[in-house]
Amino acid sequence: MNTRAGGTAAAFARYPDAKGRYGKFGGRYVPETLVAALDRLQAGVERYLPSADFQAEYALELKTWVGRPTALTYARTLSKRWGAEVWLKREDLAHTGAHKINNAVGQILLAKRLGAKRIIAETGAGQHGVASAAAAARLAMPCVVYMGAVDVERQAPNVGRMKLLGATVVPVTGGDATLRAAIDEALRDWVSDPESTYYALGSAVGPHPYPYLVRELQAVIGREARAQMLELAGALPDVAVACVGGGSNAIGLFHPFLDDAGVRLLGIEAGGRGPGLGDNAASLTAGTPGVLQGSYTLILQDAFGQVRETHSVSAGLDYSGVGPEHAFLMASGRVRYEAATDDEALDALSECAKCEGILPAIESAHAFAGARRYAALNPGARILVGCSGRGDKDMPILQRTVLKATA
Amino acid sequence: MAPRDTISAAIRAATERGRPALVGFMTAGFPSRAKFGVNLAAVSKACDVVEIGVPFTDPMADGATIQRASFAALADGVTLPWILETLRDASPRGPAPVILMSYLNPLLAYGLERLPRAAAAAGVAGFIVPDLPFEESGDLAQALDREGLALVQMVTPVTPAERLAKLCAAAQGFVYAVTMTGTTGKSAAVPADVLAYMDRVKRVSPVPVCAGFGIRSREQVALFAGHVDGVIVGSALVEALERGDDPGAYLKSLR
Repeated sequence: MNTRAGGTAAAFARYPDAKGRYGKFGGRYVPETLVAALDRLQAGVERYLPSADFQAEYALELKTWVGRPTALTYARTLSKRWGAEVWLKREDLAHTGAHKINNAVGQILLAKRLGAKRIIAETGAGQHGVASAAAAARLAMPCVVYMGAVDVERQAPNVGRMKLLGATVVPVTGGDATLRAAIDEALRDWVSDPESTYYALGSAVGPHPYPYLVRELQAVIGREARAQMLELAGALPDVAVACVGGGSNAIGLFHPFLDDAGVRLLGIEAGGRGPGLGDNAASLTAGTPGVLQGSYTLILQDAFGQVRETHSVSAGLDYSGVGPEHAFLMASGRVRYEAATDDEALDALSECAKCEGILPAIESAHAFAGARRYAALNPGARILVGCSGRGDKDMPILQRTVLKATA
Repeated sequence: MAPRDTISAAIRAATERGRPALVGFMTAGFPSRAKFGVNLAAVSKACDVVEIGVPFTDPMADGATIQRASFAALADGVTLPWILETLRDASPRGPAPVILMSYLNPLLAYGLERLPRAAAAAGVAGFIVPDLPFEESGDLAQALDREGLALVQMVTPVTPAERLAKLCAAAQGFVYAVTMTGTTGKSAAVPADVLAYMDRVKRVSPVPVCAGFGIRSREQVALFAGHVDGVIVGSALVEALERGDDPGAYLKSLR
């Protein structure tokens, strides 16, 4: 096995290690009450995930219910405008409108095998909440979704969708009243009933084995995209670009390309209003190491280790931490991370909508903004953009921003 | 005597007098920074061990009361350096050993190199870190050991038997036996199986065992008394302080 950090298969395939570490990042920082539950989850992941029975059922649900494989679209007009060759991996076409469903279906199939009686989930933009509610309905499990009160307000259409899908939505008013507070509250629920509740965590964050489990369930994005690039473009991309909040769509897109030394990987965080602490959600490019919600990773915190509130126009990226594997991939140099501001993202969203007839989610629009910047610096580059979700859910905020400006 | 041994000694001194030890929890600087010294002295007088909570933005193991107290203390500017400074200068602080309850991140931000000496200088005898399970606790335990400070281990009703033995073998000061699966503050029922679990912990622990989470009444304390060495009273004491009640009188009413 090659032990040098770098673009070789062996270097990346060995993470996480037995303690759930990606280099120095990751681990399992939880109350003692959850240790046994995480041990059971880990045993379940090791036993069921590779099993033929699980894989067959998961593949069938992805194909016939989620609508996979999702398309790879050549973005003709963006390619012309940017002077590049731009390809879009269309997770916006997946059932419920984003990549989140890949993880939700997989985890709830796992929960059933583990004998769980109820599903709990947290949600920021509402996409993981909707995906969990839908998958729980499909698989006949009761579902409770914790959602920050601020997000309940700014993502109202998704709250209604979750309710229609039979889930109970619990607004969380404590803390920052966004995604971080929702995760804290979901963890408290799980601590109260660790034996029969299954916590379907929505991003590649949290204690081991969640970052690994979520990555494995989202890697279908990158596997499909890689094969589709070879088939339709005739070559691998020069760069793959994805937005990063907690980082589940990004790790799903990136992971199957980690061993392709010729493919650059670029993650785009929420730059918000700018670089000041509290003005963005750029944990990788502006954060420092610490422990948040079960994992040692990069977080936005003050000098006393208190976690700072964040700002982003996109609820799905508005999080003070990031998946530990991203922190590791940044430290190793394999993936480059940059931030795109609210304005850059909204501008990229408008451009994509008008030029390609695709309305991306504001989260995904950060990836478009990063891709456009990359194209300006690398004329003629073949660029794969992860279009992680669709923007229908963002209409309330788009009414107040983009549409107001153009009215 | 190493600071960590003062904790076990204080608990044993209580049980030798024929009563369960009382560990009183208060969030540092709540309900106000100005009253912290006075409240601390009153709690210290009425308790055998004082547990002081370092506020944190993401208290995932805590229920509504301690969350509220944490957020209020943070808004009031309470920090770990302020707590250590205030403890160092507090006089009279009262007779009971002091332990700090903190989530891991504020301790990491302070620096594991600096923390043990500063804590010892402030008269702190040990730490409880609710989001630090045994497997991840090596660095902190090693650092605290340099100053003879305890890292208190928590066990719960869902901790498997083999693991319980391992955790108790590593315990320092006392074993914190969580009464239930849940967060702090909810009133704990005390069914027979919880007492049987306390008996199991007591059998394997080389240090005293204290039961905590949801203990609010004299009746609960009496039920636990024959099974453990002490009880931890947290949210209920924080609520008494919040109301402006005399903490000493409330604690006396428990035993």
